[in-house]
Amino acid sequence: MSDQQKMDKTRRNLLVATSVIGGAASVGAAVPFAASMWPSERAKAVGAPVEVDVSRLAAGELAVFEWRGTPVWVMKRTQEMLAGLKPIEAKLIDPKSEVPQQPEYAKNEYRSVKPELMVVIGVCTHLGCIPQTKGADAKAEMGADWTGGFYCPCHGSKFDLAGRVYKGSPAPTNLVVPPYTFVSDDRIVIGEDRETKGA
Amino acid sequence: MASRLMALWDWFDSRMPSVAEEWRKHAAEYYAPKNFNFWYYFGSLALLVLVIQIVSGIFLTMHYKPDASLAFGSVEYIMRDVPGGWALRYIHSTGGSAFFLVAYLHMFRAMLYGSHKEPRELVWIFGVLIYLTLMGEAFFGYLLPWGQMSYWGAQVIVNLFATIPLVGPDLALWIRGDYVVSDATLNRFFALHVIAFPLVLLGLVVAHLLALHDVGSNNPDGVEIKKHKDPKTGHPLDGIPFHPYYTVKDIVGAVVFLAAFAVVMFFVPEMGGYFLEANNFVPADALKTPAHIQPVWYFTPYYSILRAVPPLFNSQFPGVLAMGVATLILLFLPWLDRSPVKSIRYRGPYYKSALAIFVISFLILGYLGTEPTTVWGQFGFDAFFLDTREIATWVARAFTVLYFLFFILMPWYTARDTAKPVPERVTS
Repeated sequence: MSDQQKMDKTRRNLLVATSVIGGAASVGAAVPFAASMWPSERAKAVGAPVEVDVSRLAAGELAVFEWRGTPVWVMKRTQEMLAGLKPIEAKLIDPKSEVPQQPEYAKNEYRSVKPELMVVIGVCTHLGCIPQTKGADAKAEMGADWTGGFYCPCHGSKFDLAGRVYKGSPAPTNLVVPPYTFVSDDRIVIGEDRETKGA
Repeated sequence: MASRLMALWDWFDSRMPSVAEEWRKHAAEYYAPKNFNFWYYFGSLALLVLVIQIVSGIFLTMHYKPDASLAFGSVEYIMRDVPGGWALRYIHSTGGSAFFLVAYLHMFRAMLYGSHKEPRELVWIFGVLIYLTLMGEAFFGYLLPWGQMSYWGAQVIVNLFATIPLVGPDLALWIRGDYVVSDATLNRFFALHVIAFPLVLLGLVVAHLLALHDVGSNNPDGVEIKKHKDPKTGHPLDGIPFHPYYTVKDIVGAVVFLAAFAVVMFFVPEMGGYFLEANNFVPADALKTPAHIQPVWYFTPYYSILRAVPPLFNSQFPGVLAMGVATLILLFLPWLDRSPVKSIRYRGPYYKSALAIFVISFLILGYLGTEPTTVWGQFGFDAFFLDTREIATWVARAFTVLYFLFFILMPWYTARDTAKPVPERVTS
């Protein structure tokens, strides 16, 4: 009786070892299933960062590039344009860019890495229409104190030359600044963060 | 004929006696307290809604296409061209809201009568897990019509995961399977909605019922009927067999429920935008954000909590964390509640007031979540410490605090409450 009740250590060890190895194998088998949920090669190709050349941008010119199906604006702002950003701050909803609509490195007074180069997604944060450029010369249309910026034709949202939204616009937040990084003085990779570069 | 049928049954029973055994264990000889009241309808109704959702869901998948370019059209096809397709869809969409309504009332019943307390902690935990699974199920299902609110709702919810420090952005990418909500996301949400989560849900329902039937049902008096058994039969003196007594009672409840269900389904399936939102009749468009993104009503209390918590260090994560904790804290209810009595009938004024404040908080947070934060305008004065002057945001903050205080202070006020003496036997 007592012999039968006594635990057979060899068998118990075998049992434990089998369970542990079996359990580990099951966890290992879960890896490829979970891995299948990462973006596919096709999704990665479509969503890949875009490298653009901005050397040929004239002062004050705006170029449009496509990244992940959205228009990305790159504008070479003049000193005059940059100087115009400060005095209008009182008229803006979020002059200090407190709402995280930009990467941390673009949270500054020009909302950009290099002061003169603006990079924003040209999609209105209200209902997604594409705003139009209205230069400082559009005073007749935009009001005498207009210093240049963007105007959304759908519902009248106004943005300044850093993509910051004016008070009284239906759009709630500033235009989105996508992640981007400079690979050289004139080449920007849109869709890649500085931090993640080389990672 | 009758004897032939009996013979057939005997043949079956001698080969598989567990069918009759389980029937006796869970129905014919499951003794439930004889004093169940109105609140005890919602468990069986939840089961009924689960069946409705599974059946209507199966037939919807016969016509639905989980493809970003076809999904919206296939839902319209179901509505217009599939015979009775509109009914299938409205049954399923009404069922989604009905499921949460019934679940909320069922959970409130537990809090009224202390059904979460010892020895039913596991019953409660399985119930909360069912609720959480249901939230996931509803979230995945809401993307499938591929309307504007589907799309942007999913965008917002998936981005909540992106706020988790360190792993967040990668986690959101993994959930979406793409850099934006896209075909890949739709396809996997379909898989999770029609197979993975329903299986989990069914397993949890079985666990919930097995745990319940092992310890026995609670009742409006919160007394344990197993303490007083008939010495001859061994059955609880205050118990009656679930079948036929409660099966018949529950059928009455089911009939009333189905009548109300039919009224909603046939006459107000959109429920003024609460069950089906107007924006969801517009196809998903990655370039156009709806003016006002709001979740379906059953998520709005948590959505309010999310919005009420101000960002910290430019991160929305504190709000996301608060929202997560607001749901997960339910799991700890059995141990937060230190009251010596179960039922509200014998509890003191502290718990009664706390529960009332909790219900009011939940309802007001729920209402505010369906509205923009500007709904009540702004108050006049300003101060340096005010990050916003929106009245609704501050009201939501106050009720978010009350929501959490209900749980956090519970060990204190339930232990100090003045409980009335509990009778030995059920009272009615």
